[in-house]
Amino acid sequence: MKKQLRKVSLGVAAALGMALSSSLAWAATELNMYYPVAVGGPLTKVVDGMVSNFMAENPDIKVNAIYAGNYNDARIKALAALESGQPAQLSVMFSIDLNELRELDAIVPFDEVVSTDEERAWLKSFYPSLMENGTSVGKTWGIPFQRSTIVMYYNKDAFKAAGLDPESPPQSWNELVEKGKKLTKADGSQWGMMIPSTGYPYWMFGALAMQNGEVLMNGSGDTTYFNKPGVAQALNFWKDLGSKHKVMPEGTIEWGTLRKNFLEEKTAIMWHSTGNLTAVKKGAKFDFGVAMLPAGKRRGTPTGGGNFYIFKKASDNERAASLKLIRFMTDPERSASWSVATGYMGISPASYETDKLKSYVKEFPPAAVARDQLEFATAELATYQAGRIRKSLDDAIQATLIGSKTAEEALGEAQSTAEKILKSYR
Amino acid sequence: MDNVMLTINQKRNLQGWALFAPAAFLLIAFTHYPTVATFFKSLFSNNSIIRPSRFTGFESYQNLLNDPIFWKVFTNNMWLALGTIPTSIGLAIVMALIVNKAIPGRSFLRIAYFTPTMLPMIAVANIWLFFYAPGIGLLDQIAEIFGIESHNWLGSTSTVLPAIMVMTVWKEAGFFMIFYLAGLQTISPELGEAAELEGSSRWNYFWRVQFPLLLPTTLFVLINAFLNSFKLVDHLFVLTKGGPDNASNLILYYIYETAFSFLDISYASALTVFLLFLLAITALAQFYFVDKRVHYR
Repeated sequence: MKKQLRKVSLGVAAALGMALSSSLAWAATELNMYYPVAVGGPLTKVVDGMVSNFMAENPDIKVNAIYAGNYNDARIKALAALESGQPAQLSVMFSIDLNELRELDAIVPFDEVVSTDEERAWLKSFYPSLMENGTSVGKTWGIPFQRSTIVMYYNKDAFKAAGLDPESPPQSWNELVEKGKKLTKADGSQWGMMIPSTGYPYWMFGALAMQNGEVLMNGSGDTTYFNKPGVAQALNFWKDLGSKHKVMPEGTIEWGTLRKNFLEEKTAIMWHSTGNLTAVKKGAKFDFGVAMLPAGKRRGTPTGGGNFYIFKKASDNERAASLKLIRFMTDPERSASWSVATGYMGISPASYETDKLKSYVKEFPPAAVARDQLEFATAELATYQAGRIRKSLDDAIQATLIGSKTAEEALGEAQSTAEKILKSYR
Repeated sequence: MDNVMLTINQKRNLQGWALFAPAAFLLIAFTHYPTVATFFKSLFSNNSIIRPSRFTGFESYQNLLNDPIFWKVFTNNMWLALGTIPTSIGLAIVMALIVNKAIPGRSFLRIAYFTPTMLPMIAVANIWLFFYAPGIGLLDQIAEIFGIESHNWLGSTSTVLPAIMVMTVWKEAGFFMIFYLAGLQTISPELGEAAELEGSSRWNYFWRVQFPLLLPTTLFVLINAFLNSFKLVDHLFVLTKGGPDNASNLILYYIYETAFSFLDISYASALTVFLLFLLAITALAQFYFVDKRVHYR
């Protein structure tokens, strides 16, 4: 009934459109889009602005952009809406939700939505490493939108005060420890560095593991490698920063308050998402720099952030309208302004070719660090039953950092939990 | 004659049922049906496109008994109950006794005590997050004045649960105070005057007269406090997300994680049934055992 009505109204709209002037704004297709915000700053305004620009250009499509909390909340809200029969046609969700969404039969691959050669070419216009978390079983399910890597923010003034060259941030694990020691004040008023270990500990750990030459999972997401010796080494290094080298507070470090710690100069270095860049730029009362994460055996960071998904329940019309919206939101110009507004990276090489981003990078070089680092990036931990497996790794990391278990012991347990869960997916 | 009686009876029955129906409908739709449905869901495995749902019987419950995280959150919850209930009841009585007296600024004090209860839990948690934050937090800034070293309150296993208990007591005591205040005001002032004439000490009067008369209130508050120690988890979303390593994780938060983060509805249902069972048993026990020792008049 609803669908019929919609078809009828579409017909009427078309007729009216032909008969009347184009100034008549008749919303023939209505889209509900859920999206998350996981970093600081007034990002909802930016998204709302982009969406209203889209509606101005496409008066036949009405978009309700619904802010839905953090990544986890956004997924829950979108899925709950689908379950209860409320319309939701597309959503920005965690790039690593892919396998679970696919298992729930909630999303449709973009290969089935695109129809023209131009659209097929568009699918290939993004940085390949950003597509790693968006493809599965040979199809593309997620289109990059708010994507990030982990970068190292450092306080140049603190570097100067400690007698270090503010233009040479630590390049290796050894330098990180050495410089960290110089930056740590004995009275506890300033730490050398902080790596957050609540919220998304597995993400930070993905970087450390890769720097030690290891990845946490295989490409198809059905096997994890938590118990490899190199992985345990990486976790021991993380723990040692606090317990042995004393350049970082012991125990866990809160994701949510870390930016404030950095801005209040309680830590000279922080590892955080590039998504925080603009908020740090606005809040810092000191000179700060942004650098790639230091190298262990090599450089490394996971990519992170949110992708666009189209829901299976959307009608053909709605899918086409969703595609239009997604193409709008991810086109080079928009991607460039999004990157300037937030610090998230431009998602396609073309976005860094726009005048806007070119001149921004020239005047503010930190804006290019996340992109330059893509060369060393790997996929974020994404498996089947990802929530539970992430949790078991998070618990293992935290247990090690607070000293209740050894890294080997904790990671071994996490691996056997993951093994039990993933066995049936192979 | 018989017929007429029957019709009156029937009418009465009908009227009774009609009066009962709205409440019954709400109870069945929002309490009993979900309970039964949850129980059924716990007997089946999860449904997904790759692996359709099948009957698994009591497997979820077996998993529950073998799940170390479940035992961990259960113990945490018991410690939380033990750590918060006596303290917040004690504080509530003291606060009620203070604001029951004719002292200047009484209504201001009453409001001050009640404020934590009025604030939404999420807002409260955001405030406390910055109390506890190491280095930049209020607690550490005060400690710094006295030269005490900064402490990572929410980031270490030994302090995270106590930190949450303190916040819970702060949040709850004011609420319970209201009940005690109401209880105190129903105690006839003559009793106080009589005690004074007899030369009874203030402590004696409280312990022999006021406290026994407040027992019905205490029973009510006790049950509520116990239920709340299982129901209140909003702050975990903001403060710790159950970490580090489940040191502050509680049953209800674990249920939420299982259902909405792991999407494991079957296991979440089993956990929910367990929690319901536990709460029902305790409420019954409290009514049955404690009720006998409470004088209502």
